[in-house]
Amino acid sequence: MGEVIKVGMADFKTCRGDDAVTTLGLGSCVGIAIRDPATGIGGLAHIMLPDSTEIKNNTNRPKFADTGIEDMVTELVRMGANRSRLVAKIAGGAQMFAFGSKSDMIRVGERNAMASKKKLAELRIPLLAEDTGDTYGRTVIFYPKTGDFIIKAVGRSEKTI
Amino acid sequence: MKDLSMDQITNQYYDVLQELGNIGAGNATTALAQMIGCKVDMSVPQVRFLEFHELGAIVGGDDQIMVGIYLQVEGDIEGSMMFIFSKKTAAHLVNKLMGGMLGIDESNAEEYEFGEMECSAVKELGNIVTGAYLNALAGLTNLKIYPSIPQLGIDMAGALLSVPAVEFGVLGDNILLIQTNFSDDVELDGYFILIPDMTSYEKILTSLGVL
Repeated sequence: MGEVIKVGMADFKTCRGDDAVTTLGLGSCVGIAIRDPATGIGGLAHIMLPDSTEIKNNTNRPKFADTGIEDMVTELVRMGANRSRLVAKIAGGAQMFAFGSKSDMIRVGERNAMASKKKLAELRIPLLAEDTGDTYGRTVIFYPKTGDFIIKAVGRSEKTI
Repeated sequence: MKDLSMDQITNQYYDVLQELGNIGAGNATTALAQMIGCKVDMSVPQVRFLEFHELGAIVGGDDQIMVGIYLQVEGDIEGSMMFIFSKKTAAHLVNKLMGGMLGIDESNAEEYEFGEMECSAVKELGNIVTGAYLNALAGLTNLKIYPSIPQLGIDMAGALLSVPAVEFGVLGDNILLIQTNFSDDVELDGYFILIPDMTSYEKILTSLGVL
């Protein structure tokens, strides 16, 4: 078994071989797993906000869906992945608390998921599977070698997408 | 002021924010003691200014199951607040609140399953504690602060904390966490996260005469 590398909030990590990348307790954030099946090079991004252009303070690029995905793809290609072969899976984007008012901030999970999909489409990276929305947190582990994206949640059975 | 980021403000007025946290948490602890009907000791709250990725580790791991009480704040200042504590602490407090009726002790607090009644009790507890915290803040600053009805979440720490983190994320790259340890006969751990928006930050500091 390889190493399991942790990805923190507003960050991304890449790996290859038998190694895996994981992020614990995704709430309204979205985890975007991208890999090149031929080389087994892949990575996981943990984004917090949908759009860097909406916010003045946007120097922390991995924090946003648009810039975070872009940077991770650049890094994967630099490591030797073929850009045209890249495929993606996403998870997260839950609504942890139900509020009626202040809709934009509260719906951030849904907006994160939408923005991630939009960016993937823009980069022509096919989205193979997703597990987004709902109201619970998710822990995810991604194995770039096999493409397995394992999702665990409190009081639910583990699934692989 | 206009050009200052949230991170710069927090660094500059760290002591003031720490004192605010102190007073708020002190009041909250008193309210908690009255509610569960026993003496509760409180350590000096620690104010931490963290990067997002450090957040989970501080509260005992991103996948640690925690109970979060989250509410919106309106009035003179706008924003939100979260009071988060371990499930074990929650089980212990609910048991206290019900006069020991649930038979929870050290050995089974971790696994205890929360039903509707327990959730309702925790929510009420969160209501009282956060209300006391905000009251102290309102009294100190002479600002009107109206909390919304609190929402309860029981989930992984990382997932719950992502909600306030996202709100801080709009403002800067760090999050302000006030950690309070209280204890009665067992050690209890609670964390307060107050998230005023930028204008509210200015209002709070102005009303205290530091801006």
